[in-house]
Amino acid sequence: MDASPLPRNAAIAPAAPVIEARGVSLTFQTADGPVHALKDVDLSIGRGEFVSFIGPSGCGKTTFLRSIAALETPTGGTLSVNGMEPDAARRARAYGYVFQAPGLYPWRTIAGNISLPLEIMGFSRAERAERIARVLDLVELSGFGAKFPWQLSGGMQQRASIARALAFDADILLMDEPFGALDEIVRDRLNEALLELWRKTGKTIGFVTHSIPEAVYLSTRIVVMSPRPGRITRVIESTLPAERPLDIRDTPEFIALAHEVREGLREGHAHD
Amino acid sequence: MIEAWRRAGRGNLVPILTVLLIIIGIWYLGAIRMNAQWERDQAARAGIELSLPELVSRTLSQDRPVLPAPHQVAEGLWQGVAGQAVTSRRSLVWHGWVTLSATLAGFAIGTAAGIVLAIGIVHSRAMDQSVMPWAVASQTVPILAIAPMVIVVLASIGVTGLLPKAIIAAWLSFFPVLVGMVKGLRTPDGMQLDQMRSWSAGGGRTFWHLRLPSSLPYLFASLKVAIAAALVGTIVGELPAGATAGLGARLLSGSYYGQTVQIWSALFAAAILAATLVAIVGLLERATLKRMGLAR
Repeated sequence: MDASPLPRNAAIAPAAPVIEARGVSLTFQTADGPVHALKDVDLSIGRGEFVSFIGPSGCGKTTFLRSIAALETPTGGTLSVNGMEPDAARRARAYGYVFQAPGLYPWRTIAGNISLPLEIMGFSRAERAERIARVLDLVELSGFGAKFPWQLSGGMQQRASIARALAFDADILLMDEPFGALDEIVRDRLNEALLELWRKTGKTIGFVTHSIPEAVYLSTRIVVMSPRPGRITRVIESTLPAERPLDIRDTPEFIALAHEVREGLREGHAHD
Repeated sequence: MIEAWRRAGRGNLVPILTVLLIIIGIWYLGAIRMNAQWERDQAARAGIELSLPELVSRTLSQDRPVLPAPHQVAEGLWQGVAGQAVTSRRSLVWHGWVTLSATLAGFAIGTAAGIVLAIGIVHSRAMDQSVMPWAVASQTVPILAIAPMVIVVLASIGVTGLLPKAIIAAWLSFFPVLVGMVKGLRTPDGMQLDQMRSWSAGGGRTFWHLRLPSSLPYLFASLKVAIAAALVGTIVGELPAGATAGLGARLLSGSYYGQTVQIWSALFAAAILAATLVAIVGLLERATLKRMGLAR
């Protein structure tokens, strides 16, 4: 994690690409023939950007995120993360990954769950304790370390899982519909907290979502994708300021951006 | 199962006792009916007439009844447990201990074998395809046919006593553990495994931190079956080749000498032992799973 107390954001960050995709394709061989999950995806994501991927099911947004994480292997093109092959980047702890479900182990406390990747990566006991305290504070769960997952609400559990992904200081946070299973009110609160966390830490965030308002509210850039084959149809730069209170969603600027995303989604469907 | 027992403890005692009373009633009627012929023959030989109350009382107090009455079995059981020094050859406690020690040894061997094989099957495709058919085949062999061979073969190389019986017990108890553990070790879903991969965790760490803890509910369910199976295996192992110790030997000698009360007492001792062992595993299960937040 960046020790600097200065807030950073994409607007002032240098544009060195952290994630670079050139002609990335991924074809699954299935019994019904090949499925083109991704076809010729070009995208470069700079340090400190918050990029959302939005599109209907089967558009490859999750597959692309998983490819960055080396959980899938593209069948064509080149993909680099921090200038490395995705697999090497993973071993170098380049990213933390947040899944749709918190995936906390019921037999471990919240602190124990956050400790797990640190144990696997070989951090010392003292360093683990220090890091756990720091990330719990970051997601505003200080004082909940000794609780078990079932004692926390769904939103708190997902915050704990974000804390776990942050604990080992990856520069990149990959989030696959992390708030998809939560109700709207909790979701709003977590979106606000996530923006705050992003401003504080200056991480590069890749965020998969189904929700247009969520994508517009959070992102510096919105990548609209469409299925069959999975591809990028539009990339929208956000014109919203870095400081975003929740009621920014009622401004004409926000509504115009949301409209543009919707247009992009419709465009993708026109090919069907 | 424990849950059912607890519920029974609260509100369902009446139906359980009713069923128990009905069973005891049927048992008494059966004892009178099955033992009556011999009493009638005896009376006819002696040239006396038996009234119905006399007949009933005689059928329920024979020395070697065809079917002993419940109170005779209870008395035999009590005599066997409390009426003898525990070191006596007539003590059910002594025989029970002989059986129990071999059962526990076999259970330990079987559980270890089941877990080790399951780990191999989950981690190696070759083992997955090669071991399971043999494991299934091993259970289709009648244990009564295998047991004497194991005893005799091992005796011929000088191995007698507890170990041969424990091996037969292990033969029966490894299988449920194997099946349960294969299932249990495979419960973590794709997301949980991906999560481990995202931390670059290898097979060993994934096993230790994720697969093994996730498998415990399945392991405990299997252990309850396995410990009862181990007891059956041990008793079968005590039947052949003139074994003189253990509940199985007690069953066999009872049937040699027509001591039906002895047979039934040993049978009930074995049943009580099995129920106790299963209950102990159940308690361990409840405590462990509750502690781990896996209780259902």
